[in-house]
Amino acid sequence: MKYILMMNTMKADCEGFPGWTKEDIRTHIAFMKELNSGLRAAGELAAAEGLSWPDQAKLVRAGKDGKPITDGVFPEGKEFLAGFWIVDVESAERAYEIAARASAAPGPHGPLNMPIEVRQVMSGPPEEYVA
Amino acid sequence: MTDTEHLLRDLTPQVLGAVLRRFRDFAAAEDAVQEALLAASLQWPRDGLPDNPLAWLIQVASRRMTDYLRSEIARRRREAEVAVTAEQAAPAAAMGEDAEQDDTLTLLFMCCHASLTPSSAIALTLRAVGGLTTAEIANAFLVPEATMAQRITRAKQTIKASSEAFHPLNSAERAERLRSVLHVLYLIFNEGYTSSAGPQLQRTELSSEAIRLTRAVHRLLPDDGEVAGLLALMLLTDARRKARTGPDGELIALMEQDRSLWDQKEIDEGVALVSATLSKGSIGMYQLQAAIAAVHDEAVRATDTDWPQILALYELLKRMSDNPMVALNHAIAAAMVRGPSTGLALLRELDADARLAGHHRMDAVRAHLLEMAGDYAAAIRHYRTAAGKTNSIPERNYLVTKAARLGEKG
Repeated sequence: MKYILMMNTMKADCEGFPGWTKEDIRTHIAFMKELNSGLRAAGELAAAEGLSWPDQAKLVRAGKDGKPITDGVFPEGKEFLAGFWIVDVESAERAYEIAARASAAPGPHGPLNMPIEVRQVMSGPPEEYVA
Repeated sequence: MTDTEHLLRDLTPQVLGAVLRRFRDFAAAEDAVQEALLAASLQWPRDGLPDNPLAWLIQVASRRMTDYLRSEIARRRREAEVAVTAEQAAPAAAMGEDAEQDDTLTLLFMCCHASLTPSSAIALTLRAVGGLTTAEIANAFLVPEATMAQRITRAKQTIKASSEAFHPLNSAERAERLRSVLHVLYLIFNEGYTSSAGPQLQRTELSSEAIRLTRAVHRLLPDDGEVAGLLALMLLTDARRKARTGPDGELIALMEQDRSLWDQKEIDEGVALVSATLSKGSIGMYQLQAAIAAVHDEAVRATDTDWPQILALYELLKRMSDNPMVALNHAIAAAMVRGPSTGLALLRELDADARLAGHHRMDAVRAHLLEMAGDYAAAIRHYRTAAGKTNSIPERNYLVTKAARLGEKG
Protein backbone atom coordinates (compact mmCIF):
# COMPACT_ATOMS: atom_id res chain seq x y z
CA MET A 1 0.00 0.00 0.00
CA LYS A 2 1.31 3.40 -0.88
CA TYR A 3 1.25 6.39 1.44
CA ILE A 4 2.34 9.96 0.83
CA LEU A 5 4.21 11.65 3.68
CA MET A 6 4.07 15.42 3.28
CA MET A 7 6.50 17.59 5.19
CA ASN A 8 4.92 20.97 5.74
CA THR A 9 6.83 23.89 7.01
CA MET A 10 6.09 27.53 7.82
CA LYS A 11 7.48 30.18 5.47
CA ALA A 12 9.43 31.63 8.42
CA ASP A 13 11.19 28.30 9.00
CA CYS A 14 12.26 28.09 5.36
CA GLU A 15 13.71 31.55 5.65
CA GLY A 16 15.58 30.53 8.82
CA PHE A 17 17.32 27.55 7.20
CA PRO A 18 20.09 29.47 5.44
CA GLY A 19 20.90 30.96 8.86
CA TRP A 20 21.78 27.56 10.35
CA THR A 21 25.41 26.77 11.12
CA LYS A 22 27.30 24.65 8.61
CA GLU A 23 27.39 21.83 11.14
CA ASP A 24 23.62 21.89 11.69
CA ILE A 25 22.99 21.91 7.95
CA ARG A 26 25.37 18.99 7.46
CA THR A 27 23.73 17.01 10.28
CA HIS A 28 20.26 17.63 8.86
CA ILE A 29 21.24 16.58 5.34
CA ALA A 30 23.03 13.48 6.64
CA PHE A 31 19.90 12.51 8.58
CA MET A 32 17.70 12.75 5.49
CA LYS A 33 20.21 10.86 3.40
CA GLU A 34 20.28 8.06 5.96
CA LEU A 35 16.50 8.00 6.22
CA ASN A 36 16.14 7.62 2.47
CA SER A 37 18.90 4.99 2.19
CA GLY A 38 17.19 2.99 4.90
CA LEU A 39 13.87 3.15 3.08
CA ARG A 40 15.51 2.22 -0.19
CA ALA A 41 17.32 -0.73 1.40
CA ALA A 42 14.06 -1.91 2.93
CA GLY A 43 12.37 -1.84 -0.49
CA GLU A 44 9.88 0.75 0.78
CA LEU A 45 10.86 3.92 -1.04
CA ALA A 46 8.72 4.82 -4.03
CA ALA A 47 9.68 8.50 -4.21
CA ALA A 48 11.38 11.19 -2.13
CA GLU A 49 11.59 14.78 -3.32
CA GLY A 50 12.50 18.14 -1.86
CA LEU A 51 10.73 21.15 -3.27
CA SER A 52 12.17 24.56 -3.98
CA TRP A 53 11.46 27.28 -1.49
CA PRO A 54 8.32 29.45 -1.37
CA ASP A 55 10.09 32.50 -2.78
CA GLN A 56 10.47 30.49 -6.00
CA ALA A 57 6.90 29.25 -6.00
CA LYS A 58 4.20 30.50 -8.32
CA LEU A 59 0.46 30.35 -7.94
CA VAL A 60 -1.10 29.80 -11.33
CA ARG A 61 -4.67 30.35 -12.44
CA ALA A 62 -6.28 30.26 -15.86
CA GLY A 63 -6.70 33.69 -17.40
CA LYS A 64 -9.65 34.76 -19.54
CA ASP A 65 -7.91 33.80 -22.78
CA GLY A 66 -6.46 30.58 -21.34
CA LYS A 67 -3.07 32.16 -20.70
CA PRO A 68 -1.67 31.40 -17.26
CA ILE A 69 -1.80 34.16 -14.69
CA THR A 70 1.06 33.76 -12.25
CA ASP A 71 1.30 35.30 -8.86
CA GLY A 72 4.45 34.89 -6.83
CA VAL A 73 3.69 36.67 -3.61
CA PHE A 74 2.77 34.52 -0.63
CA PRO A 75 1.27 35.66 2.60
CA GLU A 76 3.20 35.17 5.82
CA GLY A 77 1.89 32.48 8.08
CA LYS A 78 1.18 30.12 5.21
CA GLU A 79 2.31 26.52 5.39
CA PHE A 80 4.32 25.16 2.52
CA LEU A 81 5.04 21.71 1.25
CA ALA A 82 8.80 21.45 1.72
CA GLY A 83 9.10 17.91 0.43
CA PHE A 84 7.43 14.54 0.37
CA TRP A 85 8.02 10.82 0.41
CA ILE A 86 5.88 8.14 -1.16
CA VAL A 87 6.41 4.85 0.63
CA ASP A 88 5.17 1.40 -0.31
CA VAL A 89 4.56 -0.45 2.96
CA GLU A 90 2.64 -3.34 4.48
CA SER A 91 0.52 -1.29 6.88
CA ALA A 92 -0.59 2.20 7.89
CA GLU A 93 1.31 1.74 11.17
CA ARG A 94 4.56 1.35 9.25
CA ALA A 95 3.83 4.57 7.31
CA TYR A 96 3.28 6.40 10.62
CA GLU A 97 6.53 4.98 11.98
CA ILE A 98 8.44 6.35 9.00
CA ALA A 99 6.69 9.71 9.29
CA ALA A 100 7.65 9.92 12.96
CA ARG A 101 11.27 9.40 12.00
CA ALA A 102 11.09 12.09 9.35
CA SER A 103 9.49 14.43 11.86
CA ALA A 104 12.44 13.96 14.21
CA ALA A 105 14.90 15.36 11.65
CA PRO A 106 17.45 17.49 13.50
CA GLY A 107 17.58 21.28 13.52
CA PRO A 108 19.71 23.78 15.42
CA HIS A 109 17.77 23.25 18.65
CA GLY A 110 17.22 19.49 18.55
CA PRO A 111 14.57 17.45 16.65
CA LEU A 112 12.47 19.73 14.48
CA ASN A 113 9.25 17.81 15.19
CA MET A 114 7.76 18.97 11.92
CA PRO A 115 4.18 17.82 11.36
CA ILE A 116 4.10 15.19 8.61
CA GLU A 117 0.77 14.72 6.89
CA VAL A 118 0.21 11.05 6.02
CA ARG A 119 -2.38 10.03 3.46
CA GLN A 120 -2.97 6.86 1.54
CA VAL A 121 -2.31 7.03 -2.18
CA MET A 122 -5.23 5.69 -4.21
CA SER A 123 -3.44 2.87 -5.91
CA GLY A 124 -5.71 -0.05 -5.14
CA PRO A 125 -7.24 -2.27 -7.80
CA PRO A 126 -11.02 -1.98 -8.05
CA GLU A 127 -13.39 -4.71 -6.85
CA GLU A 128 -15.48 -6.68 -9.28
CA TYR A 129 -18.95 -5.13 -9.25
CA VAL A 130 -21.82 -7.42 -10.10
CA ALA A 131 -24.34 -4.63 -10.65
CA MET B 1 12.04 -13.81 -28.90
CA THR B 2 13.83 -16.52 -30.86
CA ASP B 3 13.08 -20.21 -30.38
CA THR B 4 16.22 -20.66 -28.29
CA GLU B 5 15.22 -17.72 -26.09
CA HIS B 6 11.74 -19.20 -25.62
CA LEU B 7 13.19 -22.59 -24.73
CA LEU B 8 15.68 -21.09 -22.30
CA ARG B 9 12.97 -19.02 -20.64
CA ASP B 10 10.80 -22.09 -20.11
CA LEU B 11 13.66 -24.19 -18.76
CA THR B 12 15.18 -21.57 -16.44
CA PRO B 13 12.98 -22.18 -13.38
CA GLN B 14 13.59 -25.91 -13.61
CA VAL B 15 17.35 -25.41 -13.80
CA LEU B 16 17.30 -23.00 -10.86
CA GLY B 17 15.17 -25.39 -8.84
CA ALA B 18 17.48 -28.31 -9.57
CA VAL B 19 20.60 -26.38 -8.61
CA LEU B 20 18.94 -25.09 -5.44
CA ARG B 21 17.99 -28.60 -4.46
CA ARG B 22 21.68 -29.39 -4.00
CA PHE B 23 23.16 -26.05 -2.96
CA ARG B 24 21.62 -23.58 -0.53
CA ASP B 25 22.88 -20.23 -1.82
CA PHE B 26 20.10 -18.58 -3.85
CA ALA B 27 22.18 -15.68 -5.14
CA ALA B 28 25.12 -17.88 -6.17
CA ALA B 29 22.74 -20.38 -7.76
CA GLU B 30 21.16 -17.61 -9.82
CA ASP B 31 24.59 -16.47 -11.00
CA ALA B 32 25.51 -20.03 -11.94
CA VAL B 33 22.25 -20.47 -13.86
CA GLN B 34 22.77 -17.13 -15.64
CA GLU B 35 26.20 -18.28 -16.77
CA ALA B 36 24.77 -21.55 -18.05
CA LEU B 37 22.05 -19.67 -19.94
CA LEU B 38 24.63 -17.37 -21.48
CA ALA B 39 26.72 -20.33 -22.57
CA ALA B 40 23.64 -21.97 -24.08
CA SER B 41 22.57 -18.86 -25.96
CA LEU B 42 26.04 -18.65 -27.51
CA GLN B 43 26.69 -22.34 -28.21
CA TRP B 44 23.29 -23.81 -29.16
CA PRO B 45 22.61 -21.62 -32.20
CA ARG B 46 26.14 -22.46 -33.35
CA ASP B 47 26.35 -26.19 -32.47
CA GLY B 48 22.67 -27.14 -32.54
CA LEU B 49 20.43 -28.12 -29.60
CA PRO B 50 21.79 -30.79 -27.24
CA ASP B 51 19.75 -34.03 -26.98
CA ASN B 52 18.63 -33.10 -23.49
CA PRO B 53 18.73 -29.29 -23.15
CA LEU B 54 17.55 -29.33 -19.52
CA ALA B 55 20.23 -31.80 -18.40
CA TRP B 56 22.85 -29.78 -20.30
CA LEU B 57 21.89 -26.59 -18.46
CA ILE B 58 21.77 -28.30 -15.04
CA GLN B 59 25.18 -29.85 -15.62
CA VAL B 60 26.83 -26.58 -16.67
CA ALA B 61 25.20 -24.61 -13.85
CA SER B 62 26.15 -27.24 -11.25
CA ARG B 63 29.75 -27.21 -12.43
CA ARG B 64 29.83 -23.43 -12.01
CA MET B 65 28.42 -23.85 -8.49
CA THR B 66 31.05 -26.40 -7.44
CA ASP B 67 33.81 -24.20 -8.88
CA TYR B 68 32.45 -21.27 -6.89
CA LEU B 69 32.15 -23.34 -3.71
CA ARG B 70 35.68 -24.73 -4.09
CA SER B 71 37.12 -21.24 -4.32
CA GLU B 72 35.00 -20.19 -1.36
CA ILE B 73 36.35 -23.15 0.67
CA ALA B 74 39.93 -22.24 -0.27
CA ARG B 75 39.26 -18.66 0.74
CA ARG B 76 37.75 -19.49 4.11
CA ARG B 77 39.72 -22.62 4.88
CA ARG B 78 40.84 -21.55 8.35
CA GLU B 79 37.56 -19.96 9.39
CA ALA B 80 35.46 -23.01 8.42
CA GLU B 81 32.43 -20.76 8.03
CA VAL B 82 31.02 -22.60 5.09
CA ALA B 83 29.66 -26.02 6.01
CA VAL B 84 29.94 -27.76 2.71
CA THR B 85 29.44 -31.45 2.46
CA ALA B 86 31.67 -33.67 0.39
CA GLU B 87 28.69 -34.32 -1.84
CA GLN B 88 28.34 -30.66 -2.70
CA ALA B 89 32.03 -30.28 -3.47
CA ALA B 90 32.10 -33.32 -5.75
CA PRO B 91 31.37 -32.89 -9.42
CA ALA B 92 27.67 -33.17 -10.13
CA ALA B 93 26.80 -36.76 -11.00
CA ALA B 94 23.65 -38.63 -12.02
CA MET B 95 22.39 -35.83 -14.24
CA GLY B 96 19.78 -38.17 -15.65
CA GLU B 97 17.67 -38.29 -12.52
CA ASP B 98 17.81 -34.53 -12.03
CA ALA B 99 16.50 -33.97 -15.49
CA GLU B 100 13.51 -36.22 -14.85
CA GLN B 101 12.11 -34.18 -11.97
CA ASP B 102 10.52 -30.84 -12.60
CA ASP B 103 11.88 -28.48 -10.00
CA THR B 104 9.71 -25.54 -10.96
CA LEU B 105 7.32 -26.57 -8.23
CA THR B 106 10.12 -26.82 -5.66
CA LEU B 107 11.25 -23.35 -6.63
CA LEU B 108 7.72 -21.97 -6.42
CA PHE B 109 7.28 -23.52 -2.98
CA MET B 110 10.46 -21.87 -1.80
CA CYS B 111 9.47 -18.47 -3.16
CA CYS B 112 6.23 -18.60 -1.19
CA HIS B 113 7.96 -19.30 2.10
CA ALA B 114 5.83 -18.57 5.14
CA SER B 115 8.20 -15.96 6.57
CA LEU B 116 7.88 -13.70 3.50
CA THR B 117 5.35 -10.88 3.35
CA PRO B 118 2.91 -11.15 0.43
CA SER B 119 4.67 -8.35 -1.52
CA SER B 120 8.04 -10.06 -1.07
CA ALA B 121 6.70 -13.45 -2.10
CA ILE B 122 5.04 -11.89 -5.14
CA ALA B 123 8.22 -10.08 -6.18
CA LEU B 124 10.42 -13.13 -5.71
CA THR B 125 8.00 -15.44 -7.51
CA LEU B 126 7.74 -13.14 -10.50
CA ARG B 127 11.52 -12.82 -10.64
CA ALA B 128 12.68 -16.37 -9.99
CA VAL B 129 9.83 -18.39 -11.44
CA GLY B 130 8.24 -15.98 -13.88
CA GLY B 131 11.54 -14.76 -15.21
CA LEU B 132 10.35 -11.16 -15.35
CA THR B 133 13.17 -8.63 -15.08
CA THR B 134 13.35 -6.48 -11.97
CA ALA B 135 12.49 -3.48 -14.14
CA GLU B 136 9.35 -5.19 -15.47
CA ILE B 137 8.20 -6.08 -11.95
CA ALA B 138 8.97 -2.57 -10.66
CA ASN B 139 6.96 -1.14 -13.54
CA ALA B 140 4.03 -3.40 -12.82
CA PHE B 141 3.89 -2.27 -9.20
CA LEU B 142 4.78 1.33 -9.95
CA VAL B 143 7.85 1.55 -7.72
CA PRO B 144 11.41 2.46 -8.72
CA GLU B 145 13.57 -0.39 -9.96
CA ALA B 146 16.06 -0.01 -7.10
CA THR B 147 13.25 -0.44 -4.58
CA MET B 148 12.03 -3.62 -6.23
CA ALA B 149 15.59 -4.96 -6.51
CA GLN B 150 16.01 -4.50 -2.77
CA ARG B 151 12.73 -6.19 -2.05
CA ILE B 152 13.83 -9.23 -4.02
CA THR B 153 17.28 -9.34 -2.47
CA ARG B 154 15.83 -9.17 1.02
CA ALA B 155 13.36 -11.92 0.21
CA LYS B 156 16.21 -14.20 -0.81
CA GLN B 157 18.09 -13.34 2.37
CA THR B 158 15.04 -14.13 4.47
CA ILE B 159 14.78 -17.56 2.90
CA LYS B 160 18.50 -18.20 3.31
CA ALA B 161 18.36 -17.16 6.96
CA SER B 162 15.37 -19.35 7.70
CA SER B 163 16.14 -22.53 9.53
CA GLU B 164 14.49 -24.62 6.89
CA ALA B 165 17.13 -26.34 4.81
CA PHE B 166 16.16 -26.70 1.20
CA HIS B 167 14.92 -30.25 1.47
CA PRO B 168 11.89 -31.84 -0.10
CA LEU B 169 8.86 -30.88 2.01
CA ASN B 170 6.83 -33.67 3.60
CA SER B 171 3.26 -34.05 2.41
CA ALA B 172 1.72 -31.90 5.18
CA GLU B 173 4.25 -29.14 4.52
CA ARG B 174 3.60 -29.40 0.78
CA ALA B 175 -0.14 -28.99 1.26
CA GLU B 176 0.40 -25.93 3.46
CA ARG B 177 2.93 -24.40 1.11
CA LEU B 178 0.78 -25.09 -1.91
CA ARG B 179 -1.94 -23.00 -0.28
CA SER B 180 0.56 -20.12 0.00
CA VAL B 181 1.60 -20.59 -3.61
CA LEU B 182 -1.99 -20.44 -4.82
CA HIS B 183 -2.65 -17.38 -2.67
CA VAL B 184 0.41 -15.58 -4.09
CA LEU B 185 -0.62 -16.46 -7.65
CA TYR B 186 -4.14 -15.23 -6.93
CA LEU B 187 -2.76 -11.95 -5.57
CA ILE B 188 -0.64 -11.49 -8.70
CA PHE B 189 -3.69 -12.11 -10.88
CA ASN B 190 -5.81 -9.66 -8.92
CA GLU B 191 -3.12 -7.01 -9.05
CA GLY B 192 -3.08 -7.35 -12.80
CA TYR B 193 -6.81 -7.54 -13.31
CA THR B 194 -7.38 -3.82 -13.48
CA SER B 195 -8.03 -1.41 -16.29
CA SER B 196 -6.28 -2.12 -19.54
CA ALA B 197 -5.90 1.56 -20.36
CA GLY B 198 -2.98 3.93 -20.06
CA PRO B 199 -0.02 3.30 -17.76
CA GLN B 200 -1.75 0.26 -16.32
CA LEU B 201 -1.04 -1.69 -19.51
CA GLN B 202 1.83 -3.31 -17.65
CA ARG B 203 -0.70 -4.73 -15.25
CA THR B 204 -2.36 -6.83 -17.94
CA GLU B 205 0.95 -8.66 -18.24
CA LEU B 206 0.67 -9.49 -14.55
CA SER B 207 -2.63 -11.32 -14.90
CA SER B 208 -1.30 -13.16 -17.97
CA GLU B 209 1.79 -14.13 -16.01
CA ALA B 210 -0.36 -15.38 -13.13
CA ILE B 211 -2.34 -17.54 -15.56
CA ARG B 212 0.85 -18.87 -17.15
CA LEU B 213 2.35 -19.85 -13.78
CA THR B 214 -0.91 -21.41 -12.58
CA ARG B 215 -1.08 -23.42 -15.79
CA ALA B 216 2.41 -24.70 -15.05
CA VAL B 217 1.37 -25.77 -11.55
CA HIS B 218 -1.76 -27.43 -12.98
CA ARG B 219 0.38 -29.36 -15.46
CA LEU B 220 2.57 -30.58 -12.60
CA LEU B 221 -0.32 -31.35 -10.23
CA PRO B 222 -3.13 -32.36 -12.59
CA ASP B 223 -5.12 -34.09 -9.86
CA ASP B 224 -5.25 -31.15 -7.44
CA GLY B 225 -8.77 -29.69 -7.50
CA GLU B 226 -7.88 -26.33 -5.99
CA VAL B 227 -5.10 -25.73 -8.53
CA ALA B 228 -7.55 -26.48 -11.33
CA GLY B 229 -10.13 -24.31 -9.56
CA LEU B 230 -7.75 -21.36 -9.34
CA LEU B 231 -6.81 -21.67 -13.00
CA ALA B 232 -10.48 -21.86 -13.95
CA LEU B 233 -11.30 -18.84 -11.78
CA MET B 234 -8.53 -16.80 -13.40
CA LEU B 235 -9.60 -17.77 -16.93
CA LEU B 236 -13.30 -17.12 -16.28
CA THR B 237 -12.49 -13.73 -14.73
CA ASP B 238 -9.91 -12.77 -17.34
CA ALA B 239 -12.44 -13.62 -20.06
CA ARG B 240 -14.44 -10.54 -19.07
CA ARG B 241 -11.51 -8.14 -19.06
CA LYS B 242 -12.27 -6.27 -22.28
CA ALA B 243 -15.85 -5.60 -21.23
CA ARG B 244 -14.94 -4.45 -17.78
CA THR B 245 -13.70 -0.96 -18.58
CA GLY B 246 -15.26 1.73 -20.71
CA PRO B 247 -13.53 4.05 -23.18
CA ASP B 248 -12.44 6.46 -20.43
CA GLY B 249 -11.20 3.67 -18.18
CA GLU B 250 -14.40 3.67 -16.16
CA LEU B 251 -15.57 0.50 -14.41
CA ILE B 252 -18.54 -1.39 -15.89
CA ALA B 253 -20.43 -3.73 -13.57
CA LEU B 254 -20.85 -7.38 -14.53
CA MET B 255 -24.59 -7.07 -15.17
CA GLU B 256 -24.02 -4.11 -17.49
CA GLN B 257 -21.13 -5.49 -19.53
CA ASP B 258 -21.26 -6.05 -23.29
CA ARG B 259 -20.98 -9.83 -23.27
CA SER B 260 -20.01 -9.97 -26.95
CA LEU B 261 -16.63 -8.68 -25.76
CA TRP B 262 -16.11 -11.67 -23.46
CA ASP B 263 -13.41 -14.15 -24.53
CA GLN B 264 -15.31 -17.32 -25.40
CA LYS B 265 -12.17 -19.47 -25.59
CA GLU B 266 -11.20 -18.63 -22.04
CA ILE B 267 -14.78 -19.23 -20.89
CA ASP B 268 -14.90 -22.63 -22.56
CA GLU B 269 -11.59 -23.62 -21.01
CA GLY B 270 -12.64 -22.39 -17.57
CA VAL B 271 -16.00 -24.13 -17.71
CA ALA B 272 -14.34 -27.40 -18.79
CA LEU B 273 -11.91 -27.22 -15.88
CA VAL B 274 -14.69 -26.53 -13.38
CA SER B 275 -16.87 -29.36 -14.73
CA ALA B 276 -13.93 -31.76 -14.55
CA THR B 277 -13.12 -31.00 -10.92
CA LEU B 278 -16.77 -31.01 -9.82
CA SER B 279 -17.32 -34.36 -11.48
CA LYS B 280 -14.51 -35.76 -9.31
CA GLY B 281 -16.52 -34.69 -6.28
CA SER B 282 -13.76 -32.34 -5.25
CA ILE B 283 -14.63 -29.12 -3.46
CA GLY B 284 -12.64 -26.12 -2.29
CA MET B 285 -12.61 -22.32 -2.11
CA TYR B 286 -11.18 -21.67 -5.54
CA GLN B 287 -13.29 -24.39 -7.17
CA LEU B 288 -16.47 -22.90 -5.74
CA GLN B 289 -15.54 -19.38 -6.77
CA ALA B 290 -14.74 -20.70 -10.23
CA ALA B 291 -18.11 -22.45 -10.35
CA ILE B 292 -19.83 -19.17 -9.53
CA ALA B 293 -17.82 -17.39 -12.22
CA ALA B 294 -18.79 -20.15 -14.66
CA VAL B 295 -22.49 -19.65 -13.96
CA HIS B 296 -22.11 -15.92 -14.68
CA ASP B 297 -20.03 -16.49 -17.81
CA GLU B 298 -22.46 -19.07 -19.21
CA ALA B 299 -25.36 -16.60 -19.21
CA VAL B 300 -25.74 -15.21 -22.73
CA ARG B 301 -27.53 -12.16 -21.37
CA ALA B 302 -27.43 -10.70 -17.88
CA THR B 303 -31.11 -11.59 -17.48
CA ASP B 304 -30.28 -15.26 -18.17
CA THR B 305 -28.12 -15.48 -15.05
CA ASP B 306 -28.98 -18.51 -12.94
CA TRP B 307 -29.09 -16.72 -9.59
CA PRO B 308 -30.56 -19.66 -7.62
CA GLN B 309 -27.54 -21.73 -8.59
CA ILE B 310 -25.20 -18.91 -7.66
CA LEU B 311 -26.98 -18.57 -4.32
CA ALA B 312 -26.59 -22.31 -3.65
CA LEU B 313 -22.87 -22.07 -4.42
CA TYR B 314 -22.46 -19.08 -2.09
CA GLU B 315 -24.22 -21.04 0.62
CA LEU B 316 -21.60 -23.79 0.21
CA LEU B 317 -18.83 -21.20 0.16
CA LYS B 318 -20.16 -19.61 3.35
CA ARG B 319 -19.97 -22.97 5.10
CA MET B 320 -16.35 -23.37 4.05
CA SER B 321 -15.17 -19.90 4.90
CA ASP B 322 -16.04 -17.20 7.40
CA ASN B 323 -14.55 -14.56 5.14
CA PRO B 324 -16.94 -11.61 5.48
CA MET B 325 -16.56 -10.74 1.77
CA VAL B 326 -18.14 -14.10 0.96
CA ALA B 327 -21.03 -13.19 3.24
CA LEU B 328 -21.48 -9.89 1.39
CA ASN B 329 -21.61 -11.60 -1.98
CA HIS B 330 -24.00 -14.15 -0.55
CA ALA B 331 -26.30 -11.31 0.54
CA ILE B 332 -26.36 -9.95 -3.02
CA ALA B 333 -27.18 -13.38 -4.44
CA ALA B 334 -29.92 -13.85 -1.84
CA ALA B 335 -31.38 -10.48 -2.82
CA MET B 336 -31.40 -11.45 -6.50
CA VAL B 337 -33.34 -14.63 -5.70
CA ARG B 338 -35.59 -13.61 -2.79
CA GLY B 339 -35.73 -9.84 -3.01
CA PRO B 340 -33.78 -6.94 -1.53
CA SER B 341 -35.33 -7.16 1.96
CA THR B 342 -33.79 -10.61 2.39
CA GLY B 343 -30.39 -9.24 1.38
CA LEU B 344 -30.71 -6.23 3.67
CA ALA B 345 -31.69 -8.48 6.58
CA LEU B 346 -28.52 -10.51 6.02
CA LEU B 347 -26.48 -7.29 6.02
CA ARG B 348 -27.96 -6.30 9.36
CA GLU B 349 -26.65 -9.58 10.78
CA LEU B 350 -23.22 -8.72 9.37
CA ASP B 351 -23.21 -5.34 11.11
CA ALA B 352 -21.94 -7.19 14.17
CA ASP B 353 -18.82 -8.36 12.32
CA ALA B 354 -15.95 -6.11 13.36
CA ARG B 355 -13.99 -6.95 10.23
CA LEU B 356 -16.63 -5.24 8.09
CA ALA B 357 -17.06 -2.18 10.29
CA GLY B 358 -16.30 0.89 8.21
CA HIS B 359 -15.32 -1.18 5.19
CA HIS B 360 -16.28 0.46 1.93
CA ARG B 361 -17.68 -2.76 0.47
CA MET B 362 -20.25 -2.97 3.23
CA ASP B 363 -21.54 0.47 2.29
CA ALA B 364 -21.37 -0.33 -1.43
CA VAL B 365 -23.38 -3.54 -1.10
CA ARG B 366 -25.90 -1.90 1.22
CA ALA B 367 -26.28 0.95 -1.24
CA HIS B 368 -26.94 -1.49 -4.08
CA LEU B 369 -29.59 -3.37 -2.11
CA LEU B 370 -31.24 -0.15 -0.96
CA GLU B 371 -31.39 0.92 -4.59
CA MET B 372 -33.03 -2.40 -5.48
CA ALA B 373 -35.54 -1.81 -2.69
CA GLY B 374 -36.34 1.66 -4.03
CA ASP B 375 -34.91 3.60 -1.06
CA TYR B 376 -32.92 5.98 -3.24
CA ALA B 377 -32.06 8.57 -0.62
CA ALA B 378 -30.42 6.01 1.67
CA ALA B 379 -28.73 4.31 -1.30
CA ILE B 380 -27.16 7.61 -2.39
CA ARG B 381 -25.83 8.22 1.13
CA HIS B 382 -24.18 4.80 1.24
CA TYR B 383 -22.75 5.05 -2.30
CA ARG B 384 -21.14 8.33 -1.31
CA THR B 385 -19.79 6.92 1.95
CA ALA B 386 -18.34 3.93 0.09
CA ALA B 387 -16.77 6.28 -2.47
CA GLY B 388 -15.03 8.14 0.32
CA LYS B 389 -13.52 4.97 1.76
CA THR B 390 -12.29 3.04 -1.23
CA ASN B 391 -8.62 3.02 -2.19
CA SER B 392 -9.28 2.67 -5.90
CA ILE B 393 -9.88 5.64 -8.18
CA PRO B 394 -11.89 3.74 -10.81
CA GLU B 395 -14.00 2.31 -8.02
CA ARG B 396 -14.52 5.70 -6.41
CA ASN B 397 -15.66 7.12 -9.71
CA TYR B 398 -18.01 4.19 -10.23
CA LEU B 399 -19.67 4.67 -6.84
CA VAL B 400 -19.96 8.43 -7.24
CA THR B 401 -21.55 7.92 -10.68
CA LYS B 402 -24.07 5.47 -9.24
CA ALA B 403 -25.03 8.04 -6.61
CA ALA B 404 -25.34 10.73 -9.27
CA ARG B 405 -27.55 8.53 -11.49
CA LEU B 406 -29.88 7.85 -8.59
CA GLY B 407 -29.94 11.53 -7.77
CA GLU B 408 -31.23 12.26 -11.25
CA LYS B 409 -33.94 9.59 -10.91
CA GLY B 410 -35.19 10.69 -7.49
